Amino acid sequence: MERRAPAAAPLPRRLAIVPALNERDSIGGVIDEIRSFDPAIEIVVVSDGSEDGTGEIARARGVHVIDLPFNLGIGAAVQTGFRYAQANDFDLAVQIDADGQHDPAELPKLFDLLESGEADLAIGSRFAGEHTYRSSFSRRFGIRLFALTVSAIAHRRLTDTTSGFRAVNRRGIALFAADYPHDYPEVEATVMVIRHRLRVREVPVRMRERTAGHSSITPLRSIYYIFKVLLALFVDLFRPREHSRELPLEDR
Amino acid sequence: MTPLKVMIIASAASLCLLGIIFELIRRRHLRERYALVWILTGLVLLALALWRDGLNTLAGWVGVKTYPPSVFIAAILFFVLVLLLHFSIVLSRLTDQNVTLAQKLALLESELHERGQSEKSADG
Repeated sequence: MERRAPAAAPLPRRLAIVPALNERDSIGGVIDEIRSFDPAIEIVVVSDGSEDGTGEIARARGVHVIDLPFNLGIGAAVQTGFRYAQANDFDLAVQIDADGQHDPAELPKLFDLLESGEADLAIGSRFAGEHTYRSSFSRRFGIRLFALTVSAIAHRRLTDTTSGFRAVNRRGIALFAADYPHDYPEVEATVMVIRHRLRVREVPVRMRERTAGHSSITPLRSIYYIFKVLLALFVDLFRPREHSRELPLEDR
Repeated sequence: MTPLKVMIIASAASLCLLGIIFELIRRRHLRERYALVWILTGLVLLALALWRDGLNTLAGWVGVKTYPPSVFIAAILFFVLVLLLHFSIVLSRLTDQNVTLAQKLALLESELHERGQSEKSADG
């Protein structure tokens, strides 16, 4: 890997990865809003087999659009974004949902944690701070169950491991480009980062109600979600510690 | 001892299965890799059909006295389960490869699109 001259210290190149599945009603607004808060950030929309023109709307806004030929699922869609980030040599990448849940005004909080070198993965948490996040009991139960499990594995308190509002630095980009979980990937991805001895930090953020569409989580799916994630975490405990040999160890 | 009629029908069925497998390989509808399992299956079935006292003998070996065919059924069931597991593994691998292919295709396509755009703006 090439080394940058420390004297030059250029501004870190930032990429916003926006995975989108049929989000024509909200995608334009999300793009505009990201730009209004961070004009220098580059945006890539990964359309996961959308059939409602989401990709065209995004392309018309002048952002880079990756059109997956068919629906691959959120994990593979997000990973495509990280592969794009790695191929195009971005320093930081943040994942922002296309439904308007994530508030771009909170972006600096995530990037600050990475740029200061405190974290390789910064997670925007709905529960770490004073903000109240209203949700159904079963959903809060699931979120809490994951948080407790992951906290036990991580030996540190994490409150919101299912949050999709998260940013990574180069190490995180390299890790996620090489390997990313499939369905409901956030919890597993968090554990992956910890097991590769990268650092995870949470920062309290405000999240909004969705501006369009509806949540993909139904009761039956949430059972699968919980089962699938717990199984994956359990099995992962029996894998040998990874030595992250494929990751470039850069100076920071 | 299996009745002669049963033996003839069972043998014919086994041979038929082997014939179908051969034809599938010939038409390249079945990869040799999977064909091997099926040929072995056909041969075992044929052997059991021809060996008229085979089922009783095998049952005797494993200690089943009351109902010898249960040995046969158990063996088949186990075989089918293993085969299904094998297919699940193959499916998982194919899915992973498919995802990677789709990602690479989409990345290349988007890059191509981008280049087309910048060339257009350079020309104009």
